Amino acid sequence: MLNFELTSEQKEIQEMAMKFAKNEMMPNASEYDLKGEMPMDILQKAWSLGLVNTCIPVEFGGAGFSTIDSMVITEALAYGCLGMNTAIMANDLALLPIVIGGTSEQKEKFLKPFTESYKIAAFCLTEPGNGSDAAGLKTTIKDGGDHWVVNGEKMWITNAGYADLFTLYGTLDPSLKHKGISALVIDAKAEGIEVGKPEKKMGHCCSDTRSVTFRDVKVPKENMLGQPGDGWKIAMKTLDHSRPMVAASAVGGAQCALDHAKGYALERNQFGKPIAAHQSIQFMLAEMATKVEASRLLVLKSAWLIDNNQPNTRLASMAKSFASDSFMEIATDAVQIYGGYGYSKEYPVEKLMRDAKLIQIYEGTSQIQRLVIAKEVLK
Amino acid sequence: MNIFVCVKQVPDTETKVTPNGDGTFIETSSIKWIMNPYDEFAVEQALLLKAANAGSTVTVVRVGSTQDTEALRTALAMGADEAILVEGDDNLDSYMIAKAIKGGIEKSGKTPDIIFTGKQAIDDDCLQVPQLLAQMLDMPSVSVVVGFDHADGKTTLKREVEGGALEVYEVTNPVLVACNKGLNTPRYASLPGIMKAKRKPLQNLSLADVGVSADDRRVKYSNFQLPPEKPPGKKYDAMDEGKQAEVVAEVVQLLRNEAKVI
Repeated sequence: MLNFELTSEQKEIQEMAMKFAKNEMMPNASEYDLKGEMPMDILQKAWSLGLVNTCIPVEFGGAGFSTIDSMVITEALAYGCLGMNTAIMANDLALLPIVIGGTSEQKEKFLKPFTESYKIAAFCLTEPGNGSDAAGLKTTIKDGGDHWVVNGEKMWITNAGYADLFTLYGTLDPSLKHKGISALVIDAKAEGIEVGKPEKKMGHCCSDTRSVTFRDVKVPKENMLGQPGDGWKIAMKTLDHSRPMVAASAVGGAQCALDHAKGYALERNQFGKPIAAHQSIQFMLAEMATKVEASRLLVLKSAWLIDNNQPNTRLASMAKSFASDSFMEIATDAVQIYGGYGYSKEYPVEKLMRDAKLIQIYEGTSQIQRLVIAKEVLK
Repeated sequence: MNIFVCVKQVPDTETKVTPNGDGTFIETSSIKWIMNPYDEFAVEQALLLKAANAGSTVTVVRVGSTQDTEALRTALAMGADEAILVEGDDNLDSYMIAKAIKGGIEKSGKTPDIIFTGKQAIDDDCLQVPQLLAQMLDMPSVSVVVGFDHADGKTTLKREVEGGALEVYEVTNPVLVACNKGLNTPRYASLPGIMKAKRKPLQNLSLADVGVSADDRRVKYSNFQLPPEKPPGKKYDAMDEGKQAEVVAEVVQLLRNEAKVI
């Protein structure tokens, strides 16, 4: 039963999401990138059309999307603007641990509100001193009797300045390493939370990135996902879902870079003919198109495995590393095809090249993905 | 209120249209189909009217082939309640389409209060179906509508005429309204809307079911061909200073005598 065709419903979803990307996101992408501001009206509109929080199950007010559906939506939104897509995707990243590790009561309490109005969530894992070595985190969760007490600092937190809810990973005891890590859902209004200034970044400039400091923040006991010490397990499962999604965003960005490069190559004349008629440009476009296609296939297979209840860790990391590295190469080549114009902010490929870089870094660097793949290969 | 919307499925505006093998129609196998853009204004106006009149239903009707039902699915995803598809070839003439829509509306068992259509379809640009349909159903029709208001069973319509002026019509229902750009901003089909559309009723009818036969054909298509290619424009190089006077004189002569524009 091998079938490479999307269902008619998925094609409709894709068409609608692409229409939104092209009409609402693309025309405003450069402006918000230069301003470095969250486009709240666009995000709100995306939410009202059901493009945000695609991971929420139908029992808790979601639309009931499969993982493949989510990939189709993410690719389209990233085509429109990587930065806006990061703001949208960060919600899923923060809500997925609740979908994966939460009880029905927790899902009802925390996910439902996200289906009733546009709310923003932020995923707090990374710290100033730990990124790739996620299990080495220093944020502590202490038992305060009838509540948990959280202390620590989180870094590079997407959506932090606008968040209604934080999903935080901390440790009950650093000496326990992975086994001490636990996940908490924290109301952003809780006392003791201090959100830092927006970081000035190379790309994804319209998404909000800040540090968040937790000082003696009291969190209700019932806000822990799973049992104490289940955090690492939940985080790993979250990554199995979220890595294909990030890879899908790389495919969207890469497709966009390819489309721009193709359009420009057909328009731009040198030596008396369109540059697309020169073999050197044709070879570049052929390489770019092949990488986009291969990336997309990896994304869809890694999502298909989830939808069919099969382990996907290996494929998720392959998709994430291959798609993000490819996107970087494709965006760089798109700038090259545009020549001097490509280096100018007046043309769209310059932003794509800056945006591509982050996809190789967040959600596990391309190097960490290779470690994961190697571990799976050598099993 | 029983609100009806007629939609047509047309080739995407970016499609490169070519005649089919025997020249009897256009090649349809590789076309990406979309809802006729003017029909989007019709669907939107129907949904707005429904929202303002509790208990109303919006029924979309389309005549055409079944290889892709994009237009009907889009209308249902935008919020229409039910759909009727009269299956027929894509090359029916305006009379047959109007008669088939009339039959489809009658088969629905509902008496229309208002029918919305686009003012024209962007593929054959015939601009005939709305008026034919209204005539067949014995109701008034107003076309090129850019303003719509409905209160107390009375419909006020603004219609664009030459030179940008507006004509205002007051009509009693039932009425057929053929919509133009500017009437409203069509909504997106939301993702939950797309998911829900699958479960909405879609009635399939044949041309025979609605009483349309080959005898109804008024226009017979005999041949489809691409327009002849334009000859390439003539180029004159006036950069060479030595030849400038000569080139300018020649171009002026051609503009006057051949192009007759000066």
